[in-house]
Amino acid sequence: MSSPLALDVADLSKKYGDRMALSHANFEVPMGSICGFVGPNGSGKTTTIRMLLGLIKPTTGSGHVLGESITEPEKYLPRVGAMIEGPAFYPALTGLQNLTVLAKLGGFDVDSIQKLLEIVGLADRGDSKYKTYSLGMKQRLGIAASLLPNPKLLVLDEPTNGLDPAGIQEIRNLLRKLADAGTTVFVSSHLLSEIEMISDHLVMLRLGKVIFSGKTSELLAKQLPVIVAKPSNTDDLNKLVKIAKDNGHDAKIVDQNVHVTGAADYSAQFNKSAFDAGIILESLTPIRPSLEDTFFEMTGD
Amino acid sequence: MWNVFRAELTKLRRPSLSLSSIAAVTFVVGLVTSLLFLLVDSPEGNGERGVRIGREVLSLPDGLSIGFSNSAGLLGIVALCIFAAQTAQEYTYGTLRNLLVRQPSRMKILIGKLVAMKLFAIAMVTLAAILSIALSYLFAGVKDVSTVAWSINDAQMAVLRTFINVLIATIGYGIFGMILGLLFRSPISAISIGVIWNLIIEGLLSAFITNIDKYFPGQLLSIVAQGGNDRISYQYSLFTSYGFLVAAFIIVAVLFKKRDVAN
Ligand SMILES: Nc1ncnc2c1ncn2[C@@H]1O[C@H](COP(=O)(O)OP(=O)(O)O)[C@@H](O)[C@H]1O
Ligand SMILES: [Mg+2]
Repeated sequence: MSSPLALDVADLSKKYGDRMALSHANFEVPMGSICGFVGPNGSGKTTTIRMLLGLIKPTTGSGHVLGESITEPEKYLPRVGAMIEGPAFYPALTGLQNLTVLAKLGGFDVDSIQKLLEIVGLADRGDSKYKTYSLGMKQRLGIAASLLPNPKLLVLDEPTNGLDPAGIQEIRNLLRKLADAGTTVFVSSHLLSEIEMISDHLVMLRLGKVIFSGKTSELLAKQLPVIVAKPSNTDDLNKLVKIAKDNGHDAKIVDQNVHVTGAADYSAQFNKSAFDAGIILESLTPIRPSLEDTFFEMTGD
Repeated sequence: MWNVFRAELTKLRRPSLSLSSIAAVTFVVGLVTSLLFLLVDSPEGNGERGVRIGREVLSLPDGLSIGFSNSAGLLGIVALCIFAAQTAQEYTYGTLRNLLVRQPSRMKILIGKLVAMKLFAIAMVTLAAILSIALSYLFAGVKDVSTVAWSINDAQMAVLRTFINVLIATIGYGIFGMILGLLFRSPISAISIGVIWNLIIEGLLSAFITNIDKYFPGQLLSIVAQGGNDRISYQYSLFTSYGFLVAAFIIVAVLFKKRDVAN
């Protein structure tokens, strides 16, 4: 609570007709962090981002961006860079001209555009029309546009959509570099795996509700290690589950294996208990589930 | 607002738009002015809706600007289409959200766009004036219309007066286009409704029902361009057409200010 906040929302909701696109959301993003904003498609990420940028009015609740209320976006938007719901530009203008429009509009230095095109790897295509760009190039132009104000806060809505793995890696590196230089990054994705390794904070949405908000390390702490045991005789699967449960460990059958919740140090004892019960194990492997699995465990999928 | 204006000009300067606007203005002015002179002897008439404008009228000092002022209705349709598209495209391209992040004051966006539109209209009308005057001289030679009176001071004053009136009319149509663009948020619907309204609904009804054009903003704007006519005065046309436009513009501006930008 002591560190200054780049973003905070309280009881924020948006209703479209009868549907709650976002329902009573509460979360905070500390200054200087990279915060991943994760949720399946349609979970309300873009809706939240639009409210943070003054494009749509909340149905309930309040929020602050860089210390200013979201009811007065003119007070903070000059320090915010954003790409909302993917890139959107004028198809008949070149990349350079598209950025010029936005630089003039914001009163920013037009001379910085070439450097931004270099940063996102579009330096040699700045004079091509936007309509000739591939999806990956369009995303990069969107990121370049978001960097125009030399922002304190960068809000990127699914910037890795449509990029190949190398492109995704480049974006991650760029975001890391920006964060190291002091920019707070709020980046959404429908895939946790794409941003978990660079995010020191996470806000997770599902069906318009915030299901987790906090440090990535806190989520990691919720990851329960699992021991995967494979009996040589599949008839023993149920017996293994019973043994684990008798020892106070949760267990379930997952495709011809038994998954036992517990750290690696339990595996030796589990092996012995199985042996004592006359069960031969073909393999016994401790694993750490991905954050993605933990996430879906939390969300009940 | 100044920044919005500069940003708008960057968009309006693009070659595809400038060239197609030049082509459209050339076509409209070329058509109206050449028909005015070439059909001078035709019993079907050479002006709008079969009006006959004879040699004696064309050779008056005002004759030099008749082609120009008669082009105003179609020039206006061109301006309407361009500004309906320029406004509605911000929604269909999704670029409005970028504009509003860089300039959160929606009124400044609207006024900056309006000012840029006016500058564009000045360029269009200037081009139309030059073309129409050049073509008038050219076709006057072809059809033996005397141009002696065209070089006196009265003729230059008439051109200047017509320039201002055509400009007022063209800007009026441009505002009309922006209103439709903001209302329908799609270039195709805004343009087709604008063209159908002006050419078909207003045009046809005015041709069949006497004096109904008194209530039609599009018809009134072309009467403004002609400096008024024998039925409807200049002042009435100007105040009524702009009265409609200003009221409609205020309504869409309020909508634009309040409405969620969710696309
Ligand atoms: N303009 C709108 N009108 C009606 N419903 C909308 C609108 N925008 C989004 N929604 C609905 O709100 C929900 C959340 O959408 P969105 O915020 O775009 O999700 P995400 O960005 O996480 O994919 C979805 O069910 C979507 O259909
Ligand atoms: Mg989205």
